[in-house]
Amino acid sequence: MKTKRRAPRARLAAIGVATSCALFVAGCGAANEGGGGGADSGISGTISGAGASSQQAAMQAWIAGFTGANSGATVNYDPVGSGGGRTQFIQGGQIAFAGSDAYLKDEQLAQARQRCGGQVIEVPNYISPIAAVYKLDGVQNLNLSPATIAGLFKGDIKTWNDPKVAADNPGVALPATTVTPVHRSDESGTTENFTDFMNKAAPSVWTAEGDGEWPVPGGEAAQGTSGVVGAVGQGNGTIGYADASQAGQLSKANLKLGDQNVAPTAEAAAKILEESKRVEGQGPTSFAFDLNRTSTGGAYPIVLASYLIACPQYPDQAQADTVKAFLSYVVSEQGQQAAAQAAGSAPLSAALRGQITPVIDQIKVGG
Amino acid sequence: MTTTEVKPEPKAAKPVEQLGDRIFAGSAKGAGILILVVLAGVAAFLLAESLPAITDSGSELPEGLTAYIAPLVFGTVVSAVIALVIATPLAVAVALFISHYAPRRLAQTLSYIVDLLAAVPSIVYGLWGIGVLAPATVGFLEWLNTYLGWIPLFAGPPSVTGRTMLVVGVVLAVMIMPIITAVAREVFLQAPKLHEEAALALGATRWEMIRLAVLPFGRSGIISGAMLGLGRALGETMAVAIVLSGTGVVTFNLISSENPLTIAGNIALQFPEASGLTVNILIASGLVLFVITLLVNMLARYIVERRRDFSGAN
Amino acid sequence: MPTGTEPDKTEDQTVTGTLARPVTAETLPKVRGSLPRWAIGAFLVGSLVLVGAALAVVGFSVGLWVVLSAILFAVVTYATSRVVEGGRKATDRLVTVVVTGAFLLAMIPLISVLFTVISQGWARFDLQFFNSSMRGVVGEGGGALHAIQGTLIITALAAVMSIPVGVLTAVYLVEYGNNSRLARAITFFVDVMTGIPSIVAGLFAYALFSLLLGPGVRLGVVGAVALTVLMIPIVVRATEEMLKIVPNELREASYALGVPKWRTILKIVVPTTAGGIATGIMLAIARVIGETAPLLVTVGTALGVNLNPFDGRMATLPVFAYYSYAVPGVPREPFIDRAWSAALVLMLIVMVLNIVARLISRVFAPKTR
Repeated sequence: MKTKRRAPRARLAAIGVATSCALFVAGCGAANEGGGGGADSGISGTISGAGASSQQAAMQAWIAGFTGANSGATVNYDPVGSGGGRTQFIQGGQIAFAGSDAYLKDEQLAQARQRCGGQVIEVPNYISPIAAVYKLDGVQNLNLSPATIAGLFKGDIKTWNDPKVAADNPGVALPATTVTPVHRSDESGTTENFTDFMNKAAPSVWTAEGDGEWPVPGGEAAQGTSGVVGAVGQGNGTIGYADASQAGQLSKANLKLGDQNVAPTAEAAAKILEESKRVEGQGPTSFAFDLNRTSTGGAYPIVLASYLIACPQYPDQAQADTVKAFLSYVVSEQGQQAAAQAAGSAPLSAALRGQITPVIDQIKVGG
Repeated sequence: MTTTEVKPEPKAAKPVEQLGDRIFAGSAKGAGILILVVLAGVAAFLLAESLPAITDSGSELPEGLTAYIAPLVFGTVVSAVIALVIATPLAVAVALFISHYAPRRLAQTLSYIVDLLAAVPSIVYGLWGIGVLAPATVGFLEWLNTYLGWIPLFAGPPSVTGRTMLVVGVVLAVMIMPIITAVAREVFLQAPKLHEEAALALGATRWEMIRLAVLPFGRSGIISGAMLGLGRALGETMAVAIVLSGTGVVTFNLISSENPLTIAGNIALQFPEASGLTVNILIASGLVLFVITLLVNMLARYIVERRRDFSGAN
Repeated sequence: MPTGTEPDKTEDQTVTGTLARPVTAETLPKVRGSLPRWAIGAFLVGSLVLVGAALAVVGFSVGLWVVLSAILFAVVTYATSRVVEGGRKATDRLVTVVVTGAFLLAMIPLISVLFTVISQGWARFDLQFFNSSMRGVVGEGGGALHAIQGTLIITALAAVMSIPVGVLTAVYLVEYGNNSRLARAITFFVDVMTGIPSIVAGLFAYALFSLLLGPGVRLGVVGAVALTVLMIPIVVRATEEMLKIVPNELREASYALGVPKWRTILKIVVPTTAGGIATGIMLAIARVIGETAPLLVTVGTALGVNLNPFDGRMATLPVFAYYSYAVPGVPREPFIDRAWSAALVLMLIVMVLNIVARLISRVFAPKTR
């Protein structure tokens, strides 16, 4: 960054000016907010969304890309959490779309249909591989089978030189360090997907069903992905789960599926949607998937699929136009690439995009 | 309208009554009543929102609301008590140092810094706790476990990340210490100078002067400062949510990875993903926290009132 | 200290015994001997060196060195003082050591907090941080202008709502209340109000506005109401304490001159303690300006500047810092840096408020000197 090298005095003077500017609140506008009146496109609405915090980084990239091309439009996204996002969406009015780590179910689906006056649009827009991250001095590139992962997180495997870990990693010198599993202390879609994976892929070890709240006692708890990554990084012998892109300096375990070792990469994660079935009964505009957790075809099955929830029609013309344009951008190749860069997500496949785009194109104004 | 404006004792001078007086008195009274209305609103909101959770027959919580909230109450009390036990003596010492030991100019600077620290946002304490304090305590926790492990408080196994109840207590203590200090300092500074000088003139040492003239005068101030701090520690949300490794167990073991959560911390953690009845359950826990702080405040008032008669000064 | 009083008996007797003589500087009994000035310094250096040397043999650690030195220093000082100067003086010296030690101990975490925030926050403490918002920013760059403005607007709104109510209530309690039932109820419930958890205040404000404006409402003013609920009791308490200090003689003198009560309060009582009240109010503002939880549920967040608290979401510094830390993008560093810088700016705002409070109190304080 250039600004870092500026002489301290000049920097202080500049800050002084800027501070007095900020203090006289309405005095000056933000330098990066040009006064474009939407001349470059017809889109000039303001829409707000709320929901999954997992999408936040990607959403910032989408909003930046979208408002860059449509300077008259404003999009806000409030990462209040999936549950909050769904509730707000159902309540209607204030937010135009929601981000959710899970698709709408039963009662909420009915309520959402009521809000939209018909069908509800649900599109997977953010696919992110969840990695088992660990810190174990002197050991990298561990391969772990689903059953071993479940054992580690359940507390059955107490030390790292346990035979089960060793069996997955022949020839690796494992220390006798105590295993400290770290899980999320807040309810989250990441936890739900991770526990659902363990339940489906290693049902004999992990008997609890997939749940947003960590279902078994013991272990260490930390708030949010940042908290888990921080806690795992602070200890030794720690293992946690987090979006692969957020792992930072931590080692990411490869998943041992049969005789393949699959790394938690975006490419391997993207394949999983193609192997998964669409959920029945959600309506024609819904692209909800039941993820295939037991894949053996080289796909990485610990994946968080987050959805955008929107209505096919909005009462206001500007709102309808803006939602349509924004969603189209989000699922476009360009938008998916932007998210992949900013948040490390797995881009949607061309085939899926081809199915989703026509549904979004039909968003219109109406009662 | 209370027309009986009779003072208990005859005053040397009586104010002149004016129209302006009535307006002013009325608006002052109105402001007070407004506060009562707001508080009634908060209480009504809490009750109305937690009613569905109280009357629910176990669809969301099979083991019942009490079983859900009890560990949280436990965690809340434990963390706040640790914070108070650490912070109060230190805060009194700091306040004494500023008011009676430090040179005047240094004292002014120090009190300024303390005021500033009282206003540091709790999220900063949270980030500091998880980024600086927790990693720094790992070795100390192991030491505690090795040499004092026979005390149930330090039974271990010690956490490898330092994100334990003890550390949360210390973070909260650091957070409330400036508050208690600020209040205590103010009352220490207001201790009657005549008493202090009289004590010194009788040949008392500085400590004897403080013990005889300052501390009795400041006792109620210390208590109300401590209660103010306790209130903040009980209700602290973000710092606890960020730092604590809370797994919802009930244990006095302060140094392991498994700790009870606090009510406020739990609300902050669970609220974003909550919908439907879960929200009501969380608000019901908020109601319990509200009642706890109410009890603490009543206790503090009671102690202050009772001690007033015995205090040496005033 | 009860232990210190026992051996004082003899000294007390000598003091009473000498009272018969005229008390002058020459006739006052010496408190036995007294330690020379350099002794305390020498003890301190000696303890540090001794413990340092001992630890150098078994293995050095700064924490242990400081702690053991402090203990040794306290013991040596007490013991020597006790032998040379007597028990009372020794106790006094011990307490001085303990108080100073406790003070230094307490300063460690506080300085550490300040140091951490300043050193971490400095990375992004640049012009761009103050003149840009996050609109259109991916990854590096961007700023918190929108959050700074949002925080200032919402806090100012909260202050505008809570200061009149708070100060007036305090005036009622001290000047008009007369310990009536209403006054006692208000005093008690103000105490209760200080105990409202911040997130509950946020949920309350949100529920209130949901009733009025429909569900899902996110406005700056809702956050301001939540902060007001948190701020009022602090203002009341601080103002009440200050008003109580005003000597009754002042009021009575004013009444005697025929000044009506309300003018007495406005012109005499409040100005006399304006400094204290201003400090209390600034502390109250400082206390709520950093609130995160209530703003999360009432104001939400925004990427761009929004100066209208009655229309739509606003960004605020604590929420900005929280989200930057909690849900960073890839790479994490620019987000974490922004979070720390936001925390630093928040602290600087509080600092400026403190200075302003001092200036205000200086202007309003009656000219006594």
